[in-house]
Amino acid sequence: MKSKLDLDFRKVERARKLAVSIADGVQNFVAGRTTVSVERAVCRLMGIDGVDSYGVPLPNVVVEHLASRNLLQEGASYCIANAMMKTGLSPQRIAEEISAGRLDLLSMSYGGEEEVYGFLDPLAQRAVEKVRDRRSEREALIDRLAEGPRPYLYVIVATGNIYEDVVQARAAVSQGADIVAVIRSTGQSLLDYVPYGPTTEGFGGTYATQENFRIMRAALDEMGEKVGKYIRLCNYCSGLCMPEIAAMGAMERLDVMLNDALYGILFRDINMQRTLIDQFFSRVINGFAGVIINTGEDNYLTTADAYQEAHTVLASQFINERLALIAGIPEEQMGLGHAFEMDPDIENGFLYELAQAQMSREIFPRAPLKYMPPTKFMTGNIFKGYVQNALFNVVSIWTNQGIQLLGMLTEAIHTPFMGDRYLAIENAKYIFNNMRALGEEVVFKKDGIIHARANQVLDQALELLAEIEEDGLFRALERGVFAGVRRPVEGGKGLPGVVLKGERYRNPFLEKMLGGSCR
Amino acid sequence: MSGYSLENKKPDRALDPTGIKPYGDTMNDGKVQLSFTLPVQNGPEAVEAARLLLGKMGFKEPQIVFSREISEGFTFFVAYGVSIHEVDYSSIKVPKLSLEKMSMEEIDRFIDERIRRKVVVVGASTGTDAHTVGIDAIMNMKGFAGHYGLERYRNFEAYNMGSQVPNEELVAKAIEVGADAILVSQTVTAKNVHLKNMTDLVELLEAENLRKKIILIAGGARITHELAKELGYDAGFGPGSFAEDVASFIVQKLETMIGNL
Repeated sequence: MKSKLDLDFRKVERARKLAVSIADGVQNFVAGRTTVSVERAVCRLMGIDGVDSYGVPLPNVVVEHLASRNLLQEGASYCIANAMMKTGLSPQRIAEEISAGRLDLLSMSYGGEEEVYGFLDPLAQRAVEKVRDRRSEREALIDRLAEGPRPYLYVIVATGNIYEDVVQARAAVSQGADIVAVIRSTGQSLLDYVPYGPTTEGFGGTYATQENFRIMRAALDEMGEKVGKYIRLCNYCSGLCMPEIAAMGAMERLDVMLNDALYGILFRDINMQRTLIDQFFSRVINGFAGVIINTGEDNYLTTADAYQEAHTVLASQFINERLALIAGIPEEQMGLGHAFEMDPDIENGFLYELAQAQMSREIFPRAPLKYMPPTKFMTGNIFKGYVQNALFNVVSIWTNQGIQLLGMLTEAIHTPFMGDRYLAIENAKYIFNNMRALGEEVVFKKDGIIHARANQVLDQALELLAEIEEDGLFRALERGVFAGVRRPVEGGKGLPGVVLKGERYRNPFLEKMLGGSCR
Repeated sequence: MSGYSLENKKPDRALDPTGIKPYGDTMNDGKVQLSFTLPVQNGPEAVEAARLLLGKMGFKEPQIVFSREISEGFTFFVAYGVSIHEVDYSSIKVPKLSLEKMSMEEIDRFIDERIRRKVVVVGASTGTDAHTVGIDAIMNMKGFAGHYGLERYRNFEAYNMGSQVPNEELVAKAIEVGADAILVSQTVTAKNVHLKNMTDLVELLEAENLRKKIILIAGGARITHELAKELGYDAGFGPGSFAEDVASFIVQKLETMIGNL
């Protein structure tokens, strides 16, 4: 495709090279370490589920047991597989015995690595096959039912009660939604465990639990049959339980996951070491499961100035792209985030937004870019807000975005009413249909405002990447390169959950999902 | 011929401050526009239900101009009606912040001259609210729409704790840094949880015997000064407020508090 912006693709190549170097620096750190949530995800993939009599999830019980016995660095795979060999029990039974205090993993003899991992291999293979089956199931459904045209219409439900969410989701699908995201309960990202079972009480959202995933999946599948297209389910694979949520989502055929360590670091004050290690395994799972990840760069623009800081979004997208590739996520599954967040009073602001959206499209041609609606400058004037959302929709169809997070006219007032969602979908459908081929028809004036803006943002992003590359990502985050937020390497939540891998440590699930190309 | 007389309609068309009504395109026409959803399938019965509802809300001549079934068993309406109610505007008294509004420079000078130390402020979006737009607009260096935030003020020491901060943590931080003022932002909350959260904070400060020593301010899309006062806050700032509004209040209130010591 010829650039409509006269972008200098040698600069894009340079930016990608810098991102490779930055991501390698992160990966060198990640490769030697594991975390409590990585190990809990391994437990889940082994089939450990449920809670003890205090409501503590059994994966937490097992991992806390391993940590207390100084076994965590050898990994849940090795320790549980060994216990299976020695006791003849299933992983679930082992977890229950540990929970009941009848089994201590320190009190048994340990087999050699070859023996133990050899024993585990068929079980790991079955777990991985199960995920692959869910992926094939999705592909078959999309083949049979087809799917909505891009940009996919993405709407949220956020009642706090999974059964009420289902009512809202069904309504959204019948109005035309392609992706339904179940917003998580406030504060779930900071829980170091995943709640269990169906839940009916959340604040500002609904807990992500495996049972809630199952309930919404079933509802969307049913609605998909009814409206004759595959409906994607989205949840949030961020916070302190990234790999676990990824594992649960892979098992329940979620299709889209917010999955961005940088978001957690900057906006939830999660420790950067912890979450970058967590992110790697979670992305391997998401990549293998065929899940589209969404990254959170759009948030930089809600905190900092959307015009001034546009280049930080692009720089972060380059880094996120590389970190995703390392984890085996193909470009087709990279919903890199950006947003329509400029002050509506800026003269020619629409042209700048258009330039940036077109720039993202050309630089990441295969990625289903996630485009976020105006939020920062939405006021109680819902009528103007509706126009702001319309302009946002125009940019999206013009520049062929992948995932359109629909703006609500009542943004900044309350969580969407059913009628708000209907109006949002109607707005997008009208504009997308009415302007479908606009991008193919219109070219931009050479050296005009739009060209200049795109090239300026690329230049600035390149400069920023060079700075980050010099410092490494960790130091750069300490200096506050993104969203003006500074985070110390040793600060934030979750650092105690990081351990150096021991000599016997392996994660066969990760190895298999990465196709043996694990670094 | 009286139907053609323009004279007869005159009395209705004059502005009467003791009985004001909504204005559509003519004085006192009472015209109101609204939209809502009813949990029924669309059809003549649904439209009639919407019309009857408008009547019960106090509207004459209810008109349903649009109805669409937006999901199975849910119908969305756009409606017009004529309000039968009026209010006496002349007797309305709304408590307002009476203070002199100053610029950033004036506020910093005010502190130089009359407070003579840094003013310490802790702010957060508390409870379940994940939105930082409001608190960031008031506190962050950049501020909002060209109005610099408190971090930019020479004489303010501003701590922005971000979003979803529990009241306990906010109070602990205020004690730690010796805050003169606490700013609480509530942007988007479901089902009015912000009200309970805001009163909880007041109770917590009272329990710590701090309420009278700290200036407590609320801000947000649905906050008014009146609501804030009702909940036990010193002031409330709604949409369209900037850092200098909040800062002007803080320094003037602080001066009186210091004077009363």
